[in-house]
Amino acid sequence: MKSSSGRRLAAVAATASLALLTAACGGGGFDNGGSSSSAPTTEKGPVALKMLIASSGDAETNAVKAATAAWAKKSGNTVDVQVAQDIKQQLGQAFAGGTPPDIFYTDAARFPDYAKAGALYAYGDQVTKPDDFYPALKSTFTYDNKFYCAPKDFSTIALQINNKAWKAAGLTDGDIPTTWDQLHAVAKKLTTGKQTGLAIGDTRDRIDAFMVQAGGGLTSKDGATITATAPENVQALEFVKSMLADGSAKFPKELDAGWAGEAFGKGVAAMAMEGNWIKGSQKNDYPDVNYQVAELPAGPKGKGTLLFTQCWGIAAKSTHQAASVDLVNSLTAVDQQLAAATAYGVMPSRKSAKAQYEQKFPEDKAFVAGGEYGIGPVNKPGFDSVLADLDTGLQGLKTGDPKAILASFQKNAEAALK
Amino acid sequence: MSNITTTVPTIVAPWRPRGSGGSGRGIRAGEGRAGWLFVSPMVVVLGIFLLVPIIMAIWVSTLEWNGQGSPFAGGAKFVGLHNYQSLLVTDGLARKDFMLSLRNTFYYVMFVVPLQTALALFLAVVVNQRYLKGRSFFRTAFYFPSVTSSVAITIVFLFLFQNSGAINKLLSFVGIKGPQWFADPRGLFQVAADKLGLVDIANPPVGLTGHGVLGLTWWDWISGPSVALMAVVFLVVWTTAGTFMLMFLAALQDIPVEVEEAALLDGVGPWQKFRYVTLPQLRPVLFLVLTLGLIGTWQVFDQVYLLGGGNPAKTTLTPAYLSYRTGFNDFNYGNGAAIAFMLFIIITALTLLQRYVLRDKDAIVEKRGRRAQLRGAGA
Repeated sequence: MKSSSGRRLAAVAATASLALLTAACGGGGFDNGGSSSSAPTTEKGPVALKMLIASSGDAETNAVKAATAAWAKKSGNTVDVQVAQDIKQQLGQAFAGGTPPDIFYTDAARFPDYAKAGALYAYGDQVTKPDDFYPALKSTFTYDNKFYCAPKDFSTIALQINNKAWKAAGLTDGDIPTTWDQLHAVAKKLTTGKQTGLAIGDTRDRIDAFMVQAGGGLTSKDGATITATAPENVQALEFVKSMLADGSAKFPKELDAGWAGEAFGKGVAAMAMEGNWIKGSQKNDYPDVNYQVAELPAGPKGKGTLLFTQCWGIAAKSTHQAASVDLVNSLTAVDQQLAAATAYGVMPSRKSAKAQYEQKFPEDKAFVAGGEYGIGPVNKPGFDSVLADLDTGLQGLKTGDPKAILASFQKNAEAALK
Repeated sequence: MSNITTTVPTIVAPWRPRGSGGSGRGIRAGEGRAGWLFVSPMVVVLGIFLLVPIIMAIWVSTLEWNGQGSPFAGGAKFVGLHNYQSLLVTDGLARKDFMLSLRNTFYYVMFVVPLQTALALFLAVVVNQRYLKGRSFFRTAFYFPSVTSSVAITIVFLFLFQNSGAINKLLSFVGIKGPQWFADPRGLFQVAADKLGLVDIANPPVGLTGHGVLGLTWWDWISGPSVALMAVVFLVVWTTAGTFMLMFLAALQDIPVEVEEAALLDGVGPWQKFRYVTLPQLRPVLFLVLTLGLIGTWQVFDQVYLLGGGNPAKTTLTPAYLSYRTGFNDFNYGNGAAIAFMLFIIITALTLLQRYVLRDKDAIVEKRGRRAQLRGAGA
């Protein structure tokens, strides 16, 4: 009996440890951690760069490949572009394993964690014309007063309006909402039968826009303190709650959609609050929907929207940093940014590309305008789970207490800052 | 339930010779050594791929390691039990998330293990009927979900349980308005209490929401599995029942026909035969099924990962997923490893408890009797 009990225990132990196995294997390359020094590592002769991207589709992959190939030809180096399935996870493993790609997409929300961990090489001082980038983008990729990496492009949130539903409700161009009250009023008018007025994502990445419009925000302007419980934020959440409560606005899941763009395309929502990525999906999946894009209505304290961006991260452990910086400078040049914009619909991160972009894509005026007054994401290390917890609270906003949601975030965020 | 395949080889662990290492005992002298020699490949493989990583992970769980540099070369700060403290003692998000994941998984296990065991046993008894037509068809059909990729099944279930999906359509035929399954974070017990008029779910009693323990209010603790989690329960029961059916079936076919015939001669009814003759003989397999079920359910990961990592409102968050997220997303590998060890401790403790509850009481009485006899003889 005794030996069999031991054996069973061993079986239990063996199985239970499977989960640990993966975690432990992550620490593969046991060399010492790199530091982000300012002198780039260089090697003589042609180098082979490894690049990891999170692609939205073939259009983006091919465009990036073409752009890097052009640089490779000119400089005599080679670039191997890999498309990640889950870039967050793959980068995490690559950093832990000690063999990260030389250059990679770095999401603004992940940036502080990478920067704090010392995984990124700060090459901001070697970027050509750094002041040409939108200030909000530049500050997004600044950690500890160091500008780390060049913004690749950016997106903003705007209001999409289904023209057919708009007309059917008897609304005209003059009714496009510019204030919260107007937004609420048209949403109510557009809510009929199976159609909901406004589809809005149930995350901070959409709802925060109202806080910005109310003059609040989760952190202070300089990002030093957490200001979630400010009355402006409560006011913003109360407003969203009032729209959710009377059914003139709904979260995508209630509309059987994965995100607001899907609900908008299917016609179950007459308006959506999404970023410029909605253009591609509407064109591919719902080409028949005729819609226009307007700037988000202004709140009590004026206009406000959210900025989303990525930068070209270069690994602190890369042995080809000089070549990587050179590649980034080529990729962030105005002509390359405009080529990318044409290929897969992102907006150039350089102000000097704005005029040409607007000329090429006049329908994107509302999105581009957001670049001037938009606010970047909260960039603090260790905030991923804190912000995820805020999302959990916002999912229950319809019946929840805005003050309690914000207070809980305030508490967790302050603890994470320590 | 992908871990089943990995568990089986350890269950049929290599035969260990008795008295290994015993020397100078005549003809059996070299047996111990030979035995070790034969099992050494397995011991080495298990050692390298299981034991060493576990020990490394224990070390990592005492560090503040962000994934940069080596945790074994002073690349990370040693913090002792701080990671465990933040999970169990310190009031904060880490503890709240961990407790939420424990609560979810507790309710999940409470529903999945009995349901899947009962369903597997029932199916095994059905396909074990000697006079059932198309027996092999049913055996294959019931086993089929177990060999299908859990990712594929989860995605199919996502469609079935959509608001306007097949399940809610079926329910609407009998006049029931189905819930928004995967989007519904309400606890099952809360909904039930609301329906019975005991509480108002939109306005829960302050006595429950105002107080709590370990970072969660009582209202959160007693919520029961969320509606979304129940959909996962259905999914998992349906997928894994086939595997366990196979185990029960093998055991059922091992039961000698003579015993059942003897019971029939003694005049038992079908239920009595099942309860007093068949079931006791299934005890070892029942233990195996319950143990495997317990381990598999506490480790649930892939379904959670596909459902969006804990959505809605963290009610499908599980310790296995939380450990992964804390490590690879938040770069807090120490905390992630600590969660994995807490999970390990929980599973081990529950398995031991289960073993104690399911022990063969007759054998214990017998053993005690024998011991008493011996003592009597000695005195």
